Amino acid sequence: MSAITRAEVAHLARLSRLALGEDELDHLAAQLDQIISAVARVQEVAAEDIPPTSHALPLTNVYRADENRPSLAPEQALAAAPAAEQQRFRVPRILDEEA
Amino acid sequence: MSELIGKGAAELGELIASGETSAEEVAAAHLDRIHAVDAEVHAFLHVDREGVLAQARSVDERRAAGEELGPLAGVPVAHKDVFTTKDMPTTAGSKILEGWRPPYDATVTARLRAAGMVILGKTNMDEFAMGSSTENSAFGPSRNPWDLTRIPGGSSGGSSAAVAAYEAPLGTGTDTGGSIRQPAAVTGLVGMKPTYGGASRYGMIAFASSLDTPGPFARNVLDAALMQAAFSGHDPMDSTSIDAPVPPVVEAARRADVNGLRVGVVKEFAGEGYQPGVLNRFNETVELLESLGAKVVEVSCPHFTYAMPAYYLIAPSECSSNLARFDAMRFGLRVGDDGERSAEEVMALTRAEGFGPEVKRRIMLGTYALSSGYYDAYYGKSQQVRTLIMRDFEAAFEQVDVLISPTTPTTAFPIGERADDPMAMYLADLCTIPANLSGNPAISVPCGLADEDGLPVGVQIMAPVLADDRVYRVGAALEKALEDRWGGPLLAKAPKLEAGE
Amino acid sequence: MSVETPMKYDEALARFEPVLGIETHIELGTVSKMFCGCKTVFGAEPNTQVCPVCLGLPGSLPVTNRAAIEGIIKIGLALNCDIVEWCRFARKNYFYPDMPKNYQISQYDEPLCVDGHLDVEVDGETYRIEIERVHMEEDTGKSLHVGGETGRIHGADYSLVDYNRAGIPLVEIVTKPITATGEKAPLVARAYASELRDLVRSLGVSDVKMEQGSMRCDVNVSLMPRGADEWGTRTETKNVNSLRSVERSVRSEIERQAGVLAAGGRITQETRHFQESTGTTTSGRSKEEAQDYRYFPEPDLIPMAPAREWVEELRATLPELPAARRRRVQGEWGLTDLELRDVVNAGALDLIEDTIKAGADAGSARKWWMNELSRRATEQAVELADLPITPEQVARVQAMVDAKELNDKLARKVFEGVLAGEGGPDEVVAARGLKVVSDEGALESIIDQVIAGNADAADKVRSGKVAAVGALVGAVMKASRGQADAARARELLLKKLDQA
Repeated sequence: MSAITRAEVAHLARLSRLALGEDELDHLAAQLDQIISAVARVQEVAAEDIPPTSHALPLTNVYRADENRPSLAPEQALAAAPAAEQQRFRVPRILDEEA
Repeated sequence: MSELIGKGAAELGELIASGETSAEEVAAAHLDRIHAVDAEVHAFLHVDREGVLAQARSVDERRAAGEELGPLAGVPVAHKDVFTTKDMPTTAGSKILEGWRPPYDATVTARLRAAGMVILGKTNMDEFAMGSSTENSAFGPSRNPWDLTRIPGGSSGGSSAAVAAYEAPLGTGTDTGGSIRQPAAVTGLVGMKPTYGGASRYGMIAFASSLDTPGPFARNVLDAALMQAAFSGHDPMDSTSIDAPVPPVVEAARRADVNGLRVGVVKEFAGEGYQPGVLNRFNETVELLESLGAKVVEVSCPHFTYAMPAYYLIAPSECSSNLARFDAMRFGLRVGDDGERSAEEVMALTRAEGFGPEVKRRIMLGTYALSSGYYDAYYGKSQQVRTLIMRDFEAAFEQVDVLISPTTPTTAFPIGERADDPMAMYLADLCTIPANLSGNPAISVPCGLADEDGLPVGVQIMAPVLADDRVYRVGAALEKALEDRWGGPLLAKAPKLEAGE
Repeated sequence: MSVETPMKYDEALARFEPVLGIETHIELGTVSKMFCGCKTVFGAEPNTQVCPVCLGLPGSLPVTNRAAIEGIIKIGLALNCDIVEWCRFARKNYFYPDMPKNYQISQYDEPLCVDGHLDVEVDGETYRIEIERVHMEEDTGKSLHVGGETGRIHGADYSLVDYNRAGIPLVEIVTKPITATGEKAPLVARAYASELRDLVRSLGVSDVKMEQGSMRCDVNVSLMPRGADEWGTRTETKNVNSLRSVERSVRSEIERQAGVLAAGGRITQETRHFQESTGTTTSGRSKEEAQDYRYFPEPDLIPMAPAREWVEELRATLPELPAARRRRVQGEWGLTDLELRDVVNAGALDLIEDTIKAGADAGSARKWWMNELSRRATEQAVELADLPITPEQVARVQAMVDAKELNDKLARKVFEGVLAGEGGPDEVVAARGLKVVSDEGALESIIDQVIAGNADAADKVRSGKVAAVGALVGAVMKASRGQADAARARELLLKKLDQA
């Protein structure tokens, strides 16, 4: 049995904002299936009482003072923009309010 | 070939400081070398000859004006294209960022400049640091100076190739699962992954934030230590940067002794999948350490075998989120904006075209591992494995001072051999990944050539968190003993590169 | 979309019990953004308050603003929450052009503040609103939609994005389900938003201006048939931006949902938008197309473990909170519930209190602010607090009235002068010559002239029609250009006309 279905792969592509062709999806589905089957080994470790680690560092409470630092000039901020207008980033039409 | 390019960083620094040569002469010699061999090696993505010479002249002027400069002032460095640079494009090896000029310098970049180092150019890499060969670069692979048909390792393979080909005495890299140590091993260099948090990640284009660590490439241990010291230390711009003094790495590299030190050989990193020539050189290294006065014991780290699967869940998960910002809205490539298509469609088209296959694979894998319904089984479990690996390290360091293993199971493989076999490619990082998951410092130093193919083999030395000095101490001792045995550095055995047209 | 016929409110309430939930976003008034040093000034030129961090440029990293964490802890404490001992930020992943990193740094299953409550009062009855959580996150940029007919998102040709707002610290306050409010549901929702606004304002951590978006409410509404014990499907009305709209949106959503349910339909779990013009909500994105935010702990930030000493230090800095203050003031000033509410609604509490501190009595202070000055604020369409006059100046005017140097009419002229920018009360009095005429001789000569010039009226008074004296007093005031003491003028008039 495969670990991941072709439909799931297509759904992941949508979630990841990747417009993949049919061939690419087929190819990826097979590779992901292989990889997921291999990495599923993590589930072998009996780990009910093991706390998860998200940060290898034993640090807590790193804050900065509420002070201003120089911002970029708007020309710098917009220099790499694919399109700009009225000192704003111009983007294609947006389909809906907040996702 | 100017004799300047054969010299190490420390030596160059001294020659420049004493006035025997200038930063400009040193830069020019390396630029000439790049011009001569880089068409074949393809270590660099960007070199601006005039800009480099201007940087070098400015260092010479600073010195002439009486400014107190550090030991690496005027020394050239090959800078991985994952660090932002104000005066040079920064692409992370990706088409999606082609031509991007960042409006800011990475902290590592800024500290190299502050140390008076001359940035020769930006080096090639696997796209977004994902890979072990540089074959995933959107701009074509770099080649191993030992054998141009083989990979120079990755992801920091441009820097390893540049330093091994004498195009630069030093190179920067980043190590997420082995991306400094593995390329160092397969090109006969020293490559160091410092303690996570020891050097700033600010301005380093993120692959997997909780694992990414900047570090040095050099042709000897002392040079690596000098550069690590130059760019390390607390940075208020990076919350994960440790606010503590930099470990005394330079002193340790000079001390170079292992007498009385307890060395643990990781039992799990041997056997099937390891090239015999790699194991032979590794076993000899263990014996050498013993002969130098180290106490060697075998140590079991039972969960290290789970490091790779955990890594291939954690790193893709973080990358799927880190790479979301490459969306064609604020910078970089934009594809398909015809006035009709929506932002959502343009994002998806741009990302499909701008990212290469390995990046897409990992984004998809990470998206999967974080999805509701799968999170606990994959991401959650891998975070628990991470705890177990840290516990293995802690237990091991109760018995020994350092751990050693081969750096990578095989020598450099031919370009193309594993290109569309991700699982085979992932094996290159088998031994290096645990130190990334736990944050421990680890170095790779050359330990000889494999019998089968005459290609370099590296030994990995790992130490407790913030004991970076300890791996330098052991690495330098090994280097001294091995070079005595070889009659010079391993790299001297590399074939001479013919200057291209 | 099916045609929906809303049910009349009374009927809807007779058949259904509403359940509410309110998520409120409040922008903190820090000097710098949540994770970088950019300024947070409202209304700045586009993209002038941005840097690699808040633009989400490759390689940039966030560092947490300590003042923002202090701000949220204060809010949590004021809402009677527990401040957790350890928690993390999490990434909420979704693609949207106004969100630079395409993830929002937020908190997921480990909010900083949990389990609080806020009491609100509606028509003399107290409702305890339970607070589920208060967590820290960052705001997004703002889009301008260009083209199309309406300037709205639908039908636009393209959008222009300004990231000045991106990365401003945002506190999200989430209530537990609010039940058993019956027909009062819209009023309870409004009272909660109002009370929360006053509370946060009193803490000084945000300007909580709904019209500028520094406080925004998302209102969840569901209905369950009376007698049922299972909640219905809820809708979420996003970004409601005035207290009045909070009330109206709940009301209209109750009417709409009741209409759908009564017609045998089912409620779609969805995001809705409140339309100010019609007072109704319209459908936004359906949540059935499941969002999967793929939350995971933010690896670029370190866990937060607020020390208990720090939390107690912050608790010690909390000011008197609005509810306690209102109780105290009501007693001290002797106000009825209605009078108190008027003062609160007018935003006059601070002003009156400061005027009293500057020496005025409570009655006069309240009189000036609630009558004369409120009227002028309304005329000028500004908030009372934004009038160019200070509580100290109001107290000074009252002091002159108390000393009989001014009468009420002259006092109003002094206010007029101060508001017109002619200077402080003393300067206006001097410049305009607004002192009460207290020289009896001068007053008597004016009175004599008035009696001589108004013989008919004077005769009426003499003949016992005392009421006619009003006209004469008026004439005296006019002749003195308002500076006579009207009461004294009346006394003298009556005396001279043999009626005293």
